[in-house]
Amino acid sequence: MRAIAKGLFTDETPPRLIGGRNRATGRIVFPCPPSADFEPWPLKSRGTLWSYTIQRYRPKSPPYLGPEAFDPWALGYVALQDETMVETRLIDVAFEDIRIGMALELILVPLDPTAPDSPITHAFRPARSSESAAA
Amino acid sequence: MSDVCIIGIGIHPFGRTDGLSGLDQGVFAVREALRDAGVDWKAIQFAYGASDAAGNPDTMVDRLGLTGVQFINVKNGCAAGGSALFSAQMAIKSQEFEIGLAVGFDKHPRGAFNALPSEYNLPDWYGEAGYMITTQFFAMKIMRYMHDYGISPTSLGRVAEKAFLNAVHAPHAWRRDPVSLDAIMHAPMVSDPYTKFMFCSPAEGGVALVLASEKTARALGKPLIRLKAATMRTRPPGSFEVFAPSVDIERGGSATRIASADAFRLAGIGPEDIDVAQLQDTEAGAEIMHMAENGFCRDGEQEQWLAEGRTSLTGKLPVNTDGGCLACGEPIGASGLRQVYENVVQLRGDGGGRQAGKPKTAYSHVYGAPGVSAVTILER
Repeated sequence: MRAIAKGLFTDETPPRLIGGRNRATGRIVFPCPPSADFEPWPLKSRGTLWSYTIQRYRPKSPPYLGPEAFDPWALGYVALQDETMVETRLIDVAFEDIRIGMALELILVPLDPTAPDSPITHAFRPARSSESAAA
Repeated sequence: MSDVCIIGIGIHPFGRTDGLSGLDQGVFAVREALRDAGVDWKAIQFAYGASDAAGNPDTMVDRLGLTGVQFINVKNGCAAGGSALFSAQMAIKSQEFEIGLAVGFDKHPRGAFNALPSEYNLPDWYGEAGYMITTQFFAMKIMRYMHDYGISPTSLGRVAEKAFLNAVHAPHAWRRDPVSLDAIMHAPMVSDPYTKFMFCSPAEGGVALVLASEKTARALGKPLIRLKAATMRTRPPGSFEVFAPSVDIERGGSATRIASADAFRLAGIGPEDIDVAQLQDTEAGAEIMHMAENGFCRDGEQEQWLAEGRTSLTGKLPVNTDGGCLACGEPIGASGLRQVYENVVQLRGDGGGRQAGKPKTAYSHVYGAPGVSAVTILER
Protein backbone atom coordinates (compact mmCIF):
# COMPACT_ATOMS: atom_id res chain seq x y z
CA MET A 1 0.00 0.00 0.00
CA ARG A 2 1.47 3.33 -0.99
CA ALA A 3 -0.37 6.62 -1.09
CA ILE A 4 -0.52 8.44 -4.43
CA ALA A 5 1.17 11.36 -2.66
CA LYS A 6 2.48 12.28 0.77
CA GLY A 7 0.38 14.37 3.10
CA LEU A 8 -3.05 13.57 1.62
CA PHE A 9 -4.34 11.18 4.31
CA THR A 10 -3.87 10.82 8.09
CA ASP A 11 -2.32 7.66 9.62
CA GLU A 12 -5.43 6.90 11.68
CA THR A 13 -7.88 4.03 11.23
CA PRO A 14 -9.97 4.93 9.42
CA PRO A 15 -7.85 7.60 7.73
CA ARG A 16 -9.05 11.12 6.99
CA LEU A 17 -8.16 13.51 4.17
CA ILE A 18 -5.77 16.28 5.20
CA GLY A 19 -6.91 19.68 4.09
CA GLY A 20 -5.35 23.03 4.88
CA ARG A 21 -6.81 25.77 7.06
CA ASN A 22 -5.77 29.33 6.36
CA ARG A 23 -4.39 30.64 9.64
CA ALA A 24 -5.63 34.17 8.95
CA THR A 25 -9.04 33.65 7.33
CA GLY A 26 -10.09 30.18 8.46
CA ARG A 27 -10.77 29.16 4.85
CA ILE A 28 -10.33 25.41 4.37
CA VAL A 29 -9.00 23.88 1.15
CA PHE A 30 -7.80 20.49 -0.09
CA PRO A 31 -5.01 19.45 -0.34
CA CYS A 32 -3.01 21.43 2.24
CA PRO A 33 -0.99 24.02 0.30
CA PRO A 34 2.79 23.99 0.88
CA SER A 35 2.63 27.40 2.53
CA ALA A 36 3.14 28.70 6.05
CA ASP A 37 -0.23 30.46 5.68
CA PHE A 38 -2.00 27.10 6.00
CA GLU A 39 -2.02 24.56 8.83
CA PRO A 40 -2.88 20.89 8.15
CA TRP A 41 -6.56 20.26 8.91
CA PRO A 42 -7.98 16.71 8.93
CA LEU A 43 -11.28 16.90 7.07
CA LYS A 44 -14.63 15.40 7.97
CA SER A 45 -15.04 11.99 6.36
CA ARG A 46 -18.72 12.30 5.61
CA GLY A 47 -20.64 14.68 3.43
CA THR A 48 -23.20 15.09 0.70
CA LEU A 49 -22.83 15.06 -3.08
CA TRP A 50 -22.83 18.59 -4.60
CA SER A 51 -22.42 17.60 -8.24
CA TYR A 52 -21.07 14.73 -10.33
CA THR A 53 -20.34 13.36 -13.79
CA ILE A 54 -19.12 10.16 -15.43
CA GLN A 55 -15.67 10.02 -17.03
CA ARG A 56 -16.43 8.02 -20.17
CA TYR A 57 -13.11 8.14 -22.01
CA ARG A 58 -9.64 7.26 -20.77
CA PRO A 59 -7.66 10.32 -19.66
CA LYS A 60 -4.36 10.80 -21.47
CA SER A 61 -1.16 9.30 -20.04
CA PRO A 62 0.88 11.04 -18.88
CA PRO A 63 -0.28 12.18 -16.45
CA TYR A 64 -3.01 9.52 -15.83
CA LEU A 65 -1.83 6.41 -13.93
CA GLY A 66 -5.09 4.42 -14.02
CA PRO A 67 -5.44 1.02 -15.71
CA GLU A 68 -4.76 0.71 -19.44
CA ALA A 69 -8.07 -1.10 -19.88
CA PHE A 70 -10.68 1.58 -19.37
CA ASP A 71 -14.00 1.35 -17.64
CA PRO A 72 -16.01 4.55 -17.13
CA TRP A 73 -15.89 5.92 -13.59
CA ALA A 74 -17.90 8.44 -11.62
CA LEU A 75 -16.59 11.51 -9.87
CA GLY A 76 -18.03 14.48 -8.08
CA TYR A 77 -17.64 17.16 -5.46
CA VAL A 78 -18.57 16.18 -1.92
CA ALA A 79 -19.56 18.95 0.48
CA LEU A 80 -17.98 18.19 3.86
CA GLN A 81 -20.50 20.17 5.88
CA ASP A 82 -19.07 23.60 6.66
CA GLU A 83 -15.49 22.78 5.61
CA THR A 84 -15.03 22.59 1.85
CA MET A 85 -16.09 20.58 -1.20
CA VAL A 86 -13.58 17.93 -2.27
CA GLU A 87 -13.28 16.50 -5.79
CA THR A 88 -13.34 12.71 -5.60
CA ARG A 89 -14.07 9.45 -7.28
CA LEU A 90 -17.44 7.89 -6.46
CA ILE A 91 -17.51 4.13 -5.96
CA ASP A 92 -19.90 1.34 -4.94
CA VAL A 93 -22.85 3.07 -6.61
CA ALA A 94 -24.46 2.44 -10.01
CA PHE A 95 -24.23 5.48 -12.28
CA GLU A 96 -28.02 5.72 -12.54
CA ASP A 97 -28.37 5.73 -8.75
CA ILE A 98 -26.14 8.76 -8.19
CA ARG A 99 -28.13 11.71 -6.84
CA ILE A 100 -27.11 15.22 -5.88
CA GLY A 101 -27.50 15.46 -2.10
CA MET A 102 -26.82 11.77 -1.35
CA ALA A 103 -24.86 10.99 1.84
CA LEU A 104 -21.30 9.75 1.23
CA GLU A 105 -18.30 8.58 3.24
CA LEU A 106 -14.56 8.51 2.56
CA ILE A 107 -12.73 5.33 1.58
CA LEU A 108 -9.22 4.81 0.25
CA VAL A 109 -8.93 2.64 -2.87
CA PRO A 110 -6.23 1.51 -5.31
CA LEU A 111 -6.18 3.63 -8.47
CA ASP A 112 -5.68 0.42 -10.50
CA PRO A 113 -7.36 -2.52 -8.73
CA THR A 114 -5.64 -4.96 -11.11
CA ALA A 115 -2.09 -3.87 -10.23
CA PRO A 116 -0.51 -5.20 -7.02
CA ASP A 117 1.50 -2.03 -6.37
CA SER A 118 -1.15 0.48 -7.45
CA PRO A 119 -1.05 3.82 -5.65
CA ILE A 120 -3.86 4.44 -3.16
CA THR A 121 -6.18 7.37 -3.73
CA HIS A 122 -9.30 8.79 -2.13
CA ALA A 123 -12.87 8.00 -3.09
CA PHE A 124 -16.32 8.39 -1.57
CA ARG A 125 -19.08 5.77 -1.42
CA PRO A 126 -22.67 5.85 -0.20
CA ALA A 127 -22.64 6.23 3.57
CA ARG A 128 -23.12 2.80 5.12
CA SER A 129 -23.42 3.18 8.85
CA SER A 130 -26.41 4.71 10.56
CA GLU A 131 -24.39 7.64 11.84
CA SER A 132 -25.65 10.94 10.55
CA ALA A 133 -23.66 12.85 7.94
CA ALA A 134 -22.81 15.30 10.68
CA ALA A 135 -20.65 12.72 12.49
CA MET B 1 -13.11 60.73 -25.99
CA SER B 2 -13.47 59.46 -29.54
CA ASP B 3 -14.27 55.82 -30.13
CA VAL B 4 -11.99 53.06 -31.33
CA CYS B 5 -13.34 51.54 -34.56
CA ILE B 6 -12.86 48.15 -36.21
CA ILE B 7 -12.11 48.91 -39.85
CA GLY B 8 -10.90 45.57 -41.18
CA ILE B 9 -11.60 41.90 -40.42
CA GLY B 10 -10.01 38.70 -41.67
CA ILE B 11 -10.36 35.04 -40.83
CA HIS B 12 -8.76 31.76 -41.80
CA PRO B 13 -11.46 29.06 -41.73
CA PHE B 14 -11.55 27.12 -38.47
CA GLY B 15 -11.25 23.34 -38.22
CA ARG B 16 -8.33 21.27 -39.46
CA THR B 17 -6.00 22.50 -42.17
CA ASP B 18 -3.21 20.00 -42.74
CA GLY B 19 -0.03 21.50 -44.11
CA LEU B 20 -0.67 24.99 -42.70
CA SER B 21 0.83 25.98 -39.37
CA GLY B 22 -1.10 28.05 -36.88
CA LEU B 23 1.11 31.00 -37.78
CA ASP B 24 0.34 30.50 -41.50
CA GLN B 25 -3.34 30.78 -40.64
CA GLY B 26 -2.70 33.92 -38.62
CA VAL B 27 -0.80 35.50 -41.51
CA PHE B 28 -3.66 34.60 -43.86
CA ALA B 29 -6.11 36.32 -41.53
CA VAL B 30 -3.94 39.45 -41.26
CA ARG B 31 -3.73 39.78 -45.05
CA GLU B 32 -7.51 39.39 -45.32
CA ALA B 33 -8.04 42.05 -42.63
CA LEU B 34 -5.63 44.48 -44.32
CA ARG B 35 -7.39 43.95 -47.64
CA ASP B 36 -10.76 44.49 -45.98
CA ALA B 37 -9.52 47.71 -44.35
CA GLY B 38 -7.87 48.87 -47.55
CA VAL B 39 -4.54 49.55 -45.86
CA ASP B 40 -1.00 48.24 -46.31
CA TRP B 41 0.96 46.35 -43.66
CA LYS B 42 3.30 49.35 -43.63
CA ALA B 43 0.46 51.48 -42.24
CA ILE B 44 0.10 49.27 -39.15
CA GLN B 45 1.73 51.03 -36.19
CA PHE B 46 1.43 48.25 -33.61
CA ALA B 47 0.13 44.71 -33.17
CA TYR B 48 -0.95 42.47 -30.29
CA GLY B 49 -0.86 38.77 -31.15
CA ALA B 50 -2.42 35.85 -29.24
CA SER B 51 -1.50 32.18 -29.50
CA ASP B 52 -1.65 29.50 -26.84
CA ALA B 53 0.04 26.54 -28.53
CA ALA B 54 1.22 27.64 -31.98
CA GLY B 55 4.32 29.70 -31.31
CA ASN B 56 5.19 33.36 -30.93
CA PRO B 57 2.88 35.63 -32.94
CA ASP B 58 5.51 38.34 -33.47
CA THR B 59 7.50 35.97 -35.70
CA MET B 60 4.91 36.69 -38.40
CA VAL B 61 6.76 39.92 -39.22
CA ASP B 62 9.07 37.69 -41.29
CA ARG B 63 6.13 37.03 -43.55
CA LEU B 64 4.31 40.33 -43.46
CA GLY B 65 7.29 42.64 -43.75
CA LEU B 66 10.10 43.87 -41.53
CA THR B 67 8.69 47.31 -40.95
CA GLY B 68 9.99 47.49 -37.39
CA VAL B 69 6.43 47.50 -36.12
CA GLN B 70 5.84 47.24 -32.36
CA PHE B 71 4.50 43.69 -31.90
CA ILE B 72 3.55 42.30 -28.46
CA ASN B 73 2.71 38.65 -27.79
CA VAL B 74 -0.20 37.85 -25.51
CA LYS B 75 -0.66 34.57 -23.66
CA ASN B 76 -3.63 34.63 -21.32
CA GLY B 77 -5.41 31.28 -21.44
CA CYS B 78 -8.80 31.31 -23.10
CA ALA B 79 -8.92 35.11 -22.81
CA ALA B 80 -5.78 35.53 -24.96
CA GLY B 81 -7.63 36.95 -27.97
CA GLY B 82 -9.78 39.19 -25.81
CA SER B 83 -6.67 40.41 -24.00
CA ALA B 84 -4.98 41.22 -27.33
CA LEU B 85 -8.03 43.21 -28.37
CA PHE B 86 -8.24 44.97 -25.00
CA SER B 87 -4.59 45.98 -25.28
CA ALA B 88 -4.96 47.13 -28.88
CA GLN B 89 -7.90 49.40 -28.11
CA MET B 90 -6.04 50.91 -25.13
CA ALA B 91 -3.11 51.78 -27.39
CA ILE B 92 -5.45 53.81 -29.59
CA LYS B 93 -7.52 55.23 -26.74
CA SER B 94 -4.33 56.56 -25.20
CA GLN B 95 -3.84 58.53 -28.44
CA GLU B 96 -0.30 57.16 -28.81
CA PHE B 97 -1.34 55.31 -31.97
CA GLU B 98 -3.85 55.77 -34.79
CA ILE B 99 -4.06 52.31 -36.34
CA GLY B 100 -3.08 48.83 -35.23
CA LEU B 101 -3.81 45.14 -35.28
CA ALA B 102 -5.16 42.44 -32.96
CA VAL B 103 -4.47 38.94 -34.26
CA GLY B 104 -5.00 35.48 -32.81
CA PHE B 105 -4.30 32.00 -34.12
CA ASP B 106 -3.79 28.48 -32.85
CA LYS B 107 -3.35 24.86 -33.80
CA HIS B 108 -4.01 22.14 -31.21
CA PRO B 109 -3.47 18.37 -31.47
CA ARG B 110 -6.55 16.18 -31.87
CA GLY B 111 -8.44 15.07 -28.78
CA ALA B 112 -9.04 16.79 -25.47
CA PHE B 113 -6.61 19.42 -24.21
CA ASN B 114 -3.82 17.62 -22.36
CA ALA B 115 -3.01 19.90 -19.48
CA LEU B 116 -0.32 19.04 -16.95
CA PRO B 117 -0.77 19.79 -13.22
CA SER B 118 2.49 21.73 -12.93
CA GLU B 119 1.24 24.28 -15.48
CA TYR B 120 -1.59 25.12 -13.11
CA ASN B 121 0.35 25.06 -9.84
CA LEU B 122 -1.26 21.74 -8.88
CA PRO B 123 0.35 18.62 -7.38
CA ASP B 124 1.22 15.76 -9.74
CA TRP B 125 -1.19 13.30 -8.08
CA TYR B 126 -4.13 15.37 -9.32
CA GLY B 127 -3.30 14.44 -12.90
CA GLU B 128 -2.20 10.89 -12.04
CA ALA B 129 -5.60 10.20 -10.46
CA GLY B 130 -7.41 11.38 -13.60
CA TYR B 131 -8.78 14.80 -12.63
CA MET B 132 -6.79 16.93 -15.10
CA ILE B 133 -9.71 16.88 -17.53
CA THR B 134 -11.59 20.02 -18.55
CA THR B 135 -14.70 18.11 -19.64
CA GLN B 136 -15.23 16.80 -16.09
CA PHE B 137 -15.45 20.32 -14.73
CA PHE B 138 -17.83 21.55 -17.41
CA ALA B 139 -20.07 18.52 -16.92
CA MET B 140 -20.20 18.92 -13.13
CA LYS B 141 -20.88 22.64 -13.42
CA ILE B 142 -23.94 22.15 -15.63
CA MET B 143 -25.11 19.10 -13.65
CA ARG B 144 -25.41 21.29 -10.57
CA TYR B 145 -26.93 24.17 -12.55
CA MET B 146 -29.60 21.88 -14.05
CA HIS B 147 -30.40 20.65 -10.54
CA ASP B 148 -30.66 24.17 -9.12
CA TYR B 149 -32.59 25.84 -11.95
CA GLY B 150 -34.60 23.13 -13.67
CA ILE B 151 -32.76 23.06 -16.99
CA SER B 152 -33.56 19.90 -18.98
CA PRO B 153 -31.18 17.77 -21.06
CA THR B 154 -33.34 18.71 -24.08
CA SER B 155 -32.30 22.34 -23.65
CA LEU B 156 -28.66 21.28 -23.90
CA GLY B 157 -29.57 19.51 -27.14
CA ARG B 158 -31.37 22.57 -28.51
CA VAL B 159 -28.24 24.70 -28.07
CA ALA B 160 -26.16 22.22 -30.09
CA GLU B 161 -28.88 21.86 -32.72
CA LYS B 162 -28.96 25.64 -33.20
CA ALA B 163 -25.17 25.84 -33.44
CA PHE B 164 -24.93 23.38 -36.32
CA LEU B 165 -27.93 24.94 -38.05
CA ASN B 166 -26.37 28.44 -37.95
CA ALA B 167 -22.98 27.13 -39.08
CA VAL B 168 -24.45 25.87 -42.36
CA HIS B 169 -24.31 29.53 -43.46
CA ALA B 170 -20.89 30.39 -41.96
CA PRO B 171 -18.06 29.72 -44.44
CA HIS B 172 -15.46 29.91 -41.66
CA ALA B 173 -17.17 27.28 -39.47
CA TRP B 174 -15.79 23.74 -39.14
CA ARG B 175 -18.89 21.56 -38.70
CA ARG B 176 -21.41 22.81 -41.23
CA ASP B 177 -23.90 19.95 -41.44
CA PRO B 178 -27.13 20.16 -39.47
CA VAL B 179 -27.53 17.53 -36.74
CA SER B 180 -31.03 16.64 -35.56
CA LEU B 181 -32.01 17.09 -31.94
CA ASP B 182 -32.69 13.36 -31.78
CA ALA B 183 -29.19 12.49 -33.06
CA ILE B 184 -27.63 14.95 -30.59
CA MET B 185 -29.55 13.50 -27.64
CA HIS B 186 -28.79 9.87 -28.54
CA ALA B 187 -25.11 10.28 -29.42
CA PRO B 188 -22.52 8.62 -27.15
CA MET B 189 -22.15 10.25 -23.76
CA VAL B 190 -18.72 11.90 -23.19
CA SER B 191 -19.19 13.22 -19.68
CA ASP B 192 -22.74 13.11 -18.36
CA PRO B 193 -25.02 14.98 -19.12
CA TYR B 194 -23.10 15.91 -22.29
CA THR B 195 -23.12 13.80 -25.45
CA LYS B 196 -20.36 14.20 -28.02
CA PHE B 197 -22.26 16.86 -29.99
CA MET B 198 -22.54 19.03 -26.88
CA PHE B 199 -18.78 19.60 -26.52
CA CYS B 200 -16.61 21.63 -28.87
CA SER B 201 -13.22 20.30 -29.95
CA PRO B 202 -9.79 21.88 -29.89
CA ALA B 203 -9.17 23.10 -33.44
CA GLU B 204 -7.18 25.45 -35.68
CA GLY B 205 -7.79 28.86 -37.14
CA GLY B 206 -6.75 32.50 -37.29
CA VAL B 207 -8.52 35.85 -36.95
CA ALA B 208 -7.25 39.41 -37.40
CA LEU B 209 -8.89 42.77 -36.71
CA VAL B 210 -7.60 46.17 -37.82
CA LEU B 211 -8.43 48.88 -35.29
CA ALA B 212 -8.23 52.61 -35.82
CA SER B 213 -9.15 55.86 -34.15
CA GLU B 214 -12.48 57.34 -35.24
CA LYS B 215 -10.61 60.09 -37.07
CA THR B 216 -8.55 57.58 -39.08
CA ALA B 217 -11.60 55.42 -39.78
CA ARG B 218 -13.44 58.45 -41.17
CA ALA B 219 -10.43 59.49 -43.26
CA LEU B 220 -10.32 56.01 -44.78
CA GLY B 221 -14.04 56.25 -45.54
CA LYS B 222 -14.87 53.17 -43.49
CA PRO B 223 -18.28 52.44 -41.96
CA LEU B 224 -17.96 53.13 -38.25
CA ILE B 225 -18.12 49.93 -36.23
CA ARG B 226 -17.38 51.27 -32.77
CA LEU B 227 -15.74 49.23 -30.03
CA LYS B 228 -17.72 50.66 -27.12
CA ALA B 229 -16.22 48.36 -24.50
CA ALA B 230 -13.54 45.68 -24.19
CA THR B 231 -12.97 44.23 -20.73
CA MET B 232 -10.94 41.35 -19.32
CA ARG B 233 -11.32 40.15 -15.73
CA THR B 234 -10.03 37.37 -13.46
CA ARG B 235 -12.08 35.43 -10.94
CA PRO B 236 -13.58 36.72 -7.68
CA PRO B 237 -13.72 34.66 -4.43
CA GLY B 238 -15.98 31.60 -4.42
CA SER B 239 -16.06 31.09 -8.17
CA PHE B 240 -16.12 27.50 -9.51
CA GLU B 241 -13.25 26.91 -11.91
CA VAL B 242 -11.64 24.18 -13.94
CA PHE B 243 -8.93 22.07 -12.24
CA ALA B 244 -10.05 22.55 -8.63
CA PRO B 245 -9.22 19.76 -6.11
CA SER B 246 -11.58 21.57 -3.73
CA VAL B 247 -14.07 24.41 -3.99
CA ASP B 248 -15.48 26.65 -1.28
CA ILE B 249 -18.85 25.76 0.22
CA GLU B 250 -19.86 29.41 -0.03
CA ARG B 251 -20.54 30.06 -3.71
CA GLY B 252 -19.51 33.41 -5.16
CA GLY B 253 -19.55 35.34 -8.43
CA SER B 254 -17.63 34.65 -11.64
CA ALA B 255 -15.10 36.36 -13.85
CA THR B 256 -17.84 36.55 -16.48
CA ARG B 257 -20.23 38.46 -14.24
CA ILE B 258 -17.71 41.17 -13.43
CA ALA B 259 -16.30 41.45 -16.97
CA SER B 260 -19.87 41.76 -18.27
CA ALA B 261 -21.02 44.32 -15.73
CA ASP B 262 -17.92 46.37 -16.43
CA ALA B 263 -18.49 46.27 -20.19
CA PHE B 264 -22.12 47.42 -19.87
CA ARG B 265 -21.01 50.25 -17.57
CA LEU B 266 -18.37 51.39 -20.06
CA ALA B 267 -20.77 51.20 -23.01
CA GLY B 268 -23.52 52.97 -21.09
CA ILE B 269 -26.15 50.43 -22.15
CA GLY B 270 -27.72 47.31 -20.64
CA PRO B 271 -28.31 43.69 -21.70
CA GLU B 272 -31.78 44.63 -23.01
CA ASP B 273 -30.11 46.93 -25.57
CA ILE B 274 -28.05 44.15 -27.20
CA ASP B 275 -29.28 42.92 -30.61
CA VAL B 276 -26.96 39.94 -31.19
CA ALA B 277 -24.55 38.04 -28.91
CA GLN B 278 -21.68 35.57 -29.21
CA LEU B 279 -21.36 33.73 -25.88
CA GLN B 280 -18.67 31.23 -24.94
CA ASP B 281 -20.13 27.81 -25.76
CA THR B 282 -17.32 25.31 -25.35
CA GLU B 283 -20.16 23.08 -24.23
CA ALA B 284 -23.89 23.44 -24.77
CA GLY B 285 -24.50 24.22 -21.10
CA ALA B 286 -21.93 27.00 -21.13
CA GLU B 287 -24.08 28.99 -23.53
CA ILE B 288 -27.06 28.46 -21.22
CA MET B 289 -25.24 29.53 -18.05
CA HIS B 290 -23.56 32.43 -19.83
CA MET B 291 -26.93 33.81 -20.97
CA ALA B 292 -27.63 34.46 -17.29
CA GLU B 293 -24.10 35.33 -16.18
CA ASN B 294 -23.95 38.06 -18.84
CA GLY B 295 -27.29 39.45 -17.68
CA PHE B 296 -29.50 38.52 -20.64
CA CYS B 297 -31.95 36.47 -18.56
CA ARG B 298 -32.40 35.16 -15.05
CA ASP B 299 -31.16 31.74 -13.97
CA GLY B 300 -33.69 29.15 -15.13
CA GLU B 301 -35.41 31.30 -17.79
CA GLN B 302 -33.16 29.70 -20.45
CA GLU B 303 -35.45 26.65 -20.51
CA GLN B 304 -38.29 28.75 -21.89
CA TRP B 305 -36.04 30.93 -24.07
CA LEU B 306 -34.71 27.85 -25.88
CA ALA B 307 -38.10 26.18 -26.21
CA GLU B 308 -39.40 29.39 -27.84
CA GLY B 309 -36.31 29.83 -30.06
CA ARG B 310 -35.52 33.27 -28.64
CA THR B 311 -31.79 32.77 -29.29
CA SER B 312 -32.18 31.48 -32.85
CA LEU B 313 -31.40 33.69 -35.87
CA THR B 314 -34.97 35.02 -36.00
CA GLY B 315 -35.39 35.30 -32.23
CA LYS B 316 -35.28 38.31 -29.93
CA LEU B 317 -31.60 37.80 -29.09
CA PRO B 318 -29.77 35.63 -31.65
CA VAL B 319 -26.84 33.88 -29.91
CA ASN B 320 -23.79 32.38 -31.61
CA THR B 321 -24.86 33.21 -35.13
CA ASP B 322 -21.91 31.40 -36.74
CA GLY B 323 -22.36 28.24 -34.68
CA GLY B 324 -19.98 29.33 -31.92
CA CYS B 325 -17.31 27.05 -30.51
CA LEU B 326 -19.61 24.04 -30.90
CA ALA B 327 -19.51 24.34 -34.70
CA CYS B 328 -16.23 26.23 -35.19
CA GLY B 329 -14.06 24.38 -32.66
CA GLU B 330 -11.75 26.17 -30.29
CA PRO B 331 -8.32 27.37 -31.36
CA ILE B 332 -7.67 29.14 -28.06
CA GLY B 333 -5.74 32.16 -29.33
CA ALA B 334 -8.26 32.87 -32.11
CA SER B 335 -11.56 31.95 -30.51
CA GLY B 336 -12.44 35.22 -28.79
CA LEU B 337 -11.51 37.24 -31.87
CA ARG B 338 -13.74 35.02 -34.02
CA GLN B 339 -16.68 36.18 -31.95
CA VAL B 340 -15.79 39.81 -32.64
CA TYR B 341 -15.25 39.02 -36.34
CA GLU B 342 -18.73 37.52 -36.46
CA ASN B 343 -20.22 40.54 -34.70
CA VAL B 344 -18.66 42.90 -37.27
CA VAL B 345 -20.11 40.73 -40.06
CA GLN B 346 -23.53 40.96 -38.42
CA LEU B 347 -23.35 44.74 -37.84
CA ARG B 348 -22.36 45.26 -41.48
CA GLY B 349 -25.29 43.10 -42.58
CA ASP B 350 -22.96 40.71 -44.40
CA GLY B 351 -24.13 37.50 -42.72
CA GLY B 352 -26.00 36.09 -45.72
CA GLY B 353 -28.01 33.05 -44.65
CA ARG B 354 -27.02 33.60 -41.02
CA GLN B 355 -27.75 37.35 -40.93
CA ALA B 356 -29.71 38.13 -37.76
CA GLY B 357 -31.86 41.07 -38.80
CA LYS B 358 -30.31 44.54 -38.74
CA PRO B 359 -28.43 44.68 -35.45
CA LYS B 360 -27.07 47.97 -34.11
CA THR B 361 -25.35 46.48 -31.06
CA ALA B 362 -23.38 43.26 -30.69
CA TYR B 363 -21.89 41.52 -27.65
CA SER B 364 -19.10 38.96 -27.32
CA HIS B 365 -17.96 36.91 -24.33
CA VAL B 366 -15.19 34.38 -23.74
CA TYR B 367 -14.48 32.43 -20.59
CA GLY B 368 -11.88 29.86 -19.70
CA ALA B 369 -9.13 28.48 -17.54
CA PRO B 370 -8.06 29.43 -14.96
CA GLY B 371 -11.07 31.68 -14.37
CA VAL B 372 -10.69 34.47 -16.91
CA SER B 373 -13.27 36.23 -19.03
CA ALA B 374 -13.25 38.88 -21.74
CA VAL B 375 -16.24 40.83 -23.08
CA THR B 376 -16.69 43.30 -25.93
CA ILE B 377 -19.60 45.49 -26.99
CA LEU B 378 -19.75 46.84 -30.56
CA GLU B 379 -22.10 49.46 -32.01
CA ARG B 380 -22.68 50.77 -35.48
